[in-house]
Amino acid sequence: MALKIKQDHARFRDIVRGRIKRNLKKYVQKGEMIGKKGKDFITIPVPTIDIPHFRYGERSQGGVGQGEGQPGDPLSPTDPQPGSGNAGQGEGQHVLEVDVSLEELADILGEELSLPRIQPKGKDRIVSTRIKYTGVAPSGPESLRHFKRTYKQALRRQIASGSYNWRKPVIVPVREDRRYRTWKEVPLPETNAVVIYMMDVSGSMGDEQKEIVRIESFWIDTWLRKHYKGLETRYVIHDAVAREVDRDTFFHTRESGGTMISSAYKLALEIIEADYAPSSWNVYPFHFSDGDNWSADDTKLCVDILQEKILPAVNLFCYGQVESPYGSGQFIKDLKESIGERENVALSEIPDKEGIYGSIKTFLGSGR
Amino acid sequence: MEKHTHLPARLHDIRVRVEAYARAYGLDFYDTIFEVLGFDEINMVAAYGGFPNRYPHWRFGMDYERLSKGYEYGLSKIYEMVINNDPSYAYLLESNMDVDQKLVMAHVFGHVDFFKNNFMFRHTNRKMMDQMANHATRVRRYQDKLGVETVEDFIDRCLSVENLIDYQSPYVKRRADRGDEEEDPARKVAQGFKTEREYMREFINPPEFLQAQQKKLDEEAARKKKFPERPERDVLLFLLEHAPLQRWEHDVLSIVREEAYYFAPQGQTKIMNEGWATYWHSKIMTEKALDASEVVDYADHHSGTLATHPGQLNPYKLGVELWRDIEDRWNRGRFGKEFDECDSFVERRQWDKKLGLGREKIFEVRKHYNDVTFIDEFLNLEFVLEQRLFTYGYNDKHQRWEILEREFKKVKEKLLHMLTNFGQPTIAVEDGNFENRGELLLVHKHDGVDLKLDYARDTLRNVQTLWRRPVNLVSKVEGRGTLFHFDGKEHSDKRYDL
Repeated sequence: MALKIKQDHARFRDIVRGRIKRNLKKYVQKGEMIGKKGKDFITIPVPTIDIPHFRYGERSQGGVGQGEGQPGDPLSPTDPQPGSGNAGQGEGQHVLEVDVSLEELADILGEELSLPRIQPKGKDRIVSTRIKYTGVAPSGPESLRHFKRTYKQALRRQIASGSYNWRKPVIVPVREDRRYRTWKEVPLPETNAVVIYMMDVSGSMGDEQKEIVRIESFWIDTWLRKHYKGLETRYVIHDAVAREVDRDTFFHTRESGGTMISSAYKLALEIIEADYAPSSWNVYPFHFSDGDNWSADDTKLCVDILQEKILPAVNLFCYGQVESPYGSGQFIKDLKESIGERENVALSEIPDKEGIYGSIKTFLGSGR
Repeated sequence: MEKHTHLPARLHDIRVRVEAYARAYGLDFYDTIFEVLGFDEINMVAAYGGFPNRYPHWRFGMDYERLSKGYEYGLSKIYEMVINNDPSYAYLLESNMDVDQKLVMAHVFGHVDFFKNNFMFRHTNRKMMDQMANHATRVRRYQDKLGVETVEDFIDRCLSVENLIDYQSPYVKRRADRGDEEEDPARKVAQGFKTEREYMREFINPPEFLQAQQKKLDEEAARKKKFPERPERDVLLFLLEHAPLQRWEHDVLSIVREEAYYFAPQGQTKIMNEGWATYWHSKIMTEKALDASEVVDYADHHSGTLATHPGQLNPYKLGVELWRDIEDRWNRGRFGKEFDECDSFVERRQWDKKLGLGREKIFEVRKHYNDVTFIDEFLNLEFVLEQRLFTYGYNDKHQRWEILEREFKKVKEKLLHMLTNFGQPTIAVEDGNFENRGELLLVHKHDGVDLKLDYARDTLRNVQTLWRRPVNLVSKVEGRGTLFHFDGKEHSDKRYDL
């Protein structure tokens, strides 16, 4: 049973997020609880809304406490005043912020950007079956005997027939009392998805550019994870050659040298063909680069691979071009000309961190 | 005992035992119904202030979030909850160990004894369980008819002034009963004492006396003309009686007021009540109910309840220590003129007249006191020193909260100030026809601490939406009398001295 209070709670959350009753928004206070998670201290945000009352100003009030200390001693360590903080209390006392859960983050993201829910492709095609126990029957294999129901049935029979003795409550089931679980096979649409992140790590991609990619990929991850239970991620970096790496390396590698984007697309294609048959997977390749490809020939090769191989196999192909002081940014123009019309292609330019917001909307706004 | 069946047999046995111990000690309580709830449900009930059914409002959701987050991260857990009702309802957390349930039951019987016997609770509705459900239904019906938003907004505004009730009013008679006061509007003339003999008149009623009498009568008449006659502390009542509210608004405001009055005594006896319950759970557990195998867990949880943190006064701790102190003093006869006048430290220390009046005294005290009178009468110098109480305040120079003083007088003064009127400013309706323009005039009785001004302005705005005409508030800001005015559109303030 859903608790009655969930309604009140949902309403409260809505007020805190500023979706309804904006007149109360200014009374929202960022309270927090300090908790411990393993060794680390964490703060758990507990927003409160303080309905205005006639009351005393806080500072002029003070109060009565109990414990050790001389007049003039500070009230710490749980000093309620921020700013006089806990700095210098020694290592291992980081206060991390436990933010809202990822699920909630995804909700907020979705609301903020008014993103459509993703329709996993080919529901009819991507099917597996699962066995679900749905009922109880008087016959079946012994391994599925339902002990409790059998017992109940026997008890019922014995009471009805008057052979039940409460002083000596022995229940003996007979053949007719036995009950067995029955099952049904239910078709289950698979919602598996894979995201392939590709990033240009050539000399022209600086730390700031990578930061942008990191933030953006985090949000994309969060959003897709909300819609697909078994989301997998693969990471590909490339300069003139491409290689697959783990997540950590993906965000921290700095290479130098030229850029051959086609190398990344080739590798992505190999990954898809090897592990993610398009018939049962939702595939999302994301590519980030500063758009400075080696040559026009290579660009042409890229377009060919995309058009003939990748695009037919994926839900959505996204290309994000991060502005950098070195790149010419030609690549996105070429893509726009050649495949900009295709409906499972999203292209966006990200000039700086502010641009992430719009870029996510471009990528995920199609609801594919 | 049909209704106790929902308590599992194991807990039922514990309950029967603990109840018997409690009765044997002389506790006198209503029949108490225990219910076992899961953490989610108990958080809900706690958010609803102990009731399973309240009108819909987001602030319950807010409390619920705080409670459940605290529980999820293992920071806090609700052990017990009990409501003042006849029969009384108490809730047990399903996942608690048996020793905890035992402790909680003992604690609960302490609370229920207090609810039943303390004078502050005498007027409270003992069928509040039903009444709350009733309120919920009424508010829901208004929401169905008028929309959730409309009704909720109105409740928000009512809650903004919910503390403007007269906490003493249930215990005194503020207004004369109406009826026999119909009078003619003509000015009364002072007659003086009756006298048969004309020549004595001058002596029995000298002119000065007549003048004084006349003045008194005039003042009385002037006061009657005033509206309200005396400053009205129950601002909500004044609004209910005189503000142009629609019928549903009137009903919702009266619901808010009724619930505020119901909860008020619990706030006014927090220290006593928690102390009393703690005293009894500790007594029952350590003297009777505790098994040897449970001692460590009991000690752990009991000390958790009584832990003190600087900057926070733990009512359980302060309360139980004070109760024990009183019991000890009356057991040993450490009271009265003779004891008070004794100057010898050593003698005072060893003072023992073996009176054994302690138990009797605390039962008497639990009947006739509230937190303010409790502290005022029984908090003494020795206690403050022993319990290491201090006052604290904000030091602007150091930008931090600091311990200010340990002096007995200051500590007691501060404590009483915190408790009087709930530590809230005293505000009353002075005039319902201010400037003869139907404006409302509220007066803050300034006792040295300024109001939080931004909140005061916003609250004034809410009062205005109830009163409809412009509203005013007189207070002091940094020592200067100030009148805050809100006319429905704009705030303004000016110097003003009453």
